[in-house]
Amino acid sequence: MTEKEKKWLEEEAKKLRRDIILMLAEANSGHPGGSLSAIDVIAYLFLKVMKYNPADPLWEDRDRFVLSKGHAAPALYVVLASAGYFSRKLLKTLRKLGSPLQGHPDSRKLPGVESSTGSLGQGLSVAGGIALSGKLDKKDYNVYVMAGDGEIQEGQIWEAAMAISHYKLDNLCLFVDNNGLQIDGLVEDVMNVNPIAEKFEAFNWNTMEIDGHNFDDIEKAISFFKSNKGSGKPTAIVSHTVKGKCISFMEHKAEWHGVAPTKEQAMKAMEELGCVESLEDWLEDNTWGK
Amino acid sequence: MGKVEMQASRDYYGRTLVELGKENKNIVVLDADLSQSTRTCLFQKEFPDRFFNFGVAECNMIGFAAGLALSGKIVFVSSFAMFSVLRPLEQIRNSIAAQNLNVKIVASHAGISVGEDGLSHQTVEDIAIMRSIPNMQVFVPADAVSTIKIVKEATRINGPVYIRLSRSKTPVIYDESYSFKKGKANIIKESSKADIAFVATGLMVNEALKVSKMLEEDGYSTMVADFASIKPIDRETLVRIAKSSRVIVTLEEHSVIGGLGSAVCEILSEEYPVRVMRVGIMDVFGESGTTDNLFKHFGLTAEDIYRKILKQKLL
Repeated sequence: MTEKEKKWLEEEAKKLRRDIILMLAEANSGHPGGSLSAIDVIAYLFLKVMKYNPADPLWEDRDRFVLSKGHAAPALYVVLASAGYFSRKLLKTLRKLGSPLQGHPDSRKLPGVESSTGSLGQGLSVAGGIALSGKLDKKDYNVYVMAGDGEIQEGQIWEAAMAISHYKLDNLCLFVDNNGLQIDGLVEDVMNVNPIAEKFEAFNWNTMEIDGHNFDDIEKAISFFKSNKGSGKPTAIVSHTVKGKCISFMEHKAEWHGVAPTKEQAMKAMEELGCVESLEDWLEDNTWGK
Repeated sequence: MGKVEMQASRDYYGRTLVELGKENKNIVVLDADLSQSTRTCLFQKEFPDRFFNFGVAECNMIGFAAGLALSGKIVFVSSFAMFSVLRPLEQIRNSIAAQNLNVKIVASHAGISVGEDGLSHQTVEDIAIMRSIPNMQVFVPADAVSTIKIVKEATRINGPVYIRLSRSKTPVIYDESYSFKKGKANIIKESSKADIAFVATGLMVNEALKVSKMLEEDGYSTMVADFASIKPIDRETLVRIAKSSRVIVTLEEHSVIGGLGSAVCEILSEEYPVRVMRVGIMDVFGESGTTDNLFKHFGLTAEDIYRKILKQKLL
């Protein structure tokens, strides 16, 4: 990746973070912490890696992304808007009655959402089914999934881990958003999931650990996954991240799992991101890439 | 009358899957280590590339079913009712029904007729649970012939369907002329003015026919209807039955809470209240025993039902 590309990605990620914060402030509910830890990987996938066509969301050769940690919906929504699936205007309707931007992603309501998620532990199995279908139909699309580190406490994740390697789904790449925190505190205190990579290796996956906020690292992870295609083994990337990343008062704080910022807090976050917008200006603004 | 033919509905499910698999390349079948019992092994033998075993991990199997359906497959998922409905219930609700996916959950070994395995394997709550989930359609075949027709009809429906099958061999009631339509009841014995009408589903349709015969011999006029389609349910026929009979008896090999009996009472209390007696499992768990002995123990045989009707002075 060139320095220029990297700079561009970082600028895009900043705007996406801005939109996450402002849409949550406007919704007055939702999950900032895990959205901010997940956003860089999701942005990279949609901006640099995946093939898709917003004008034909169900194009059968598209790459798929399943957000198994569905509560990070804001991160998915801002990226889908940026990718052109729907107008950025919709972001301000998050969690409001009648909005396609449900509290957790709903595939029936919003194009670009491959599968409804929100109840933890299910998205990896669903992604496995999509990957299996790709193999059956001899398609070469890839299936990307993101799960939370708290989420992998769910037993179904390990049922899926077994089945995905059993059926040799090397067209599937899982990112574990390892921000180390869940609602009740540190993942390792609530129910320790470590070591994560070793567990997946024991389930016969290829694994790699990266800094999930570093685009060079994310790029390496994707190359690693692509180089593994044909190996018959799926790929798990343990993505070390920071909950609430880039907003000082949210970073590393479990309290910011499921609480929206107030207007004042949102403005403080804008200052930190170097965005001058007020919530009102943002609500009025219908353009992208400003 | 000659010897009654006895068949297990699950055998006909397996054979029908093979037939459907030949016609439609899009059909895939999933099982969780019970393919010999559910008879999906017949499909596996014929189409090994389109059969997937998930081992003893049903929640994940349901998730995979969702993913396959999202990619355009018609997915049949089978296990015992306990492990294909109650164990992965939340996955069915959130991954399949909420997305209205084309997944057919075909459960064998439902009800107490499972027999000797006992209560851990005897599901008497599945109809109640599945019928309360939006988008889910619920069908309960009465015999081998109706199983074939219902499985084929389910394939034509674009959305989630639950089909409830039994382990035991039961009398074949229907001949080839039987046809199944979702949301349509099948009146087996008609009467314009019945003393008593039997509204039954699954294995209990046969018992209903037997009680009906016993009461006819006593001089009563009876009606018998097979409500294989529990959801959607045939409101119109149900109300017509209520209008042309003095009392209704519902019969199901399922809890009296939430199943066919409840569905009938819900509709009739709104549209045409008549007296209803519910025959089923009276809010208790099953236990080990032969199917015949269990039917007697739980008062599900025609003789038990006949006695109960007379004892309760329904007529």
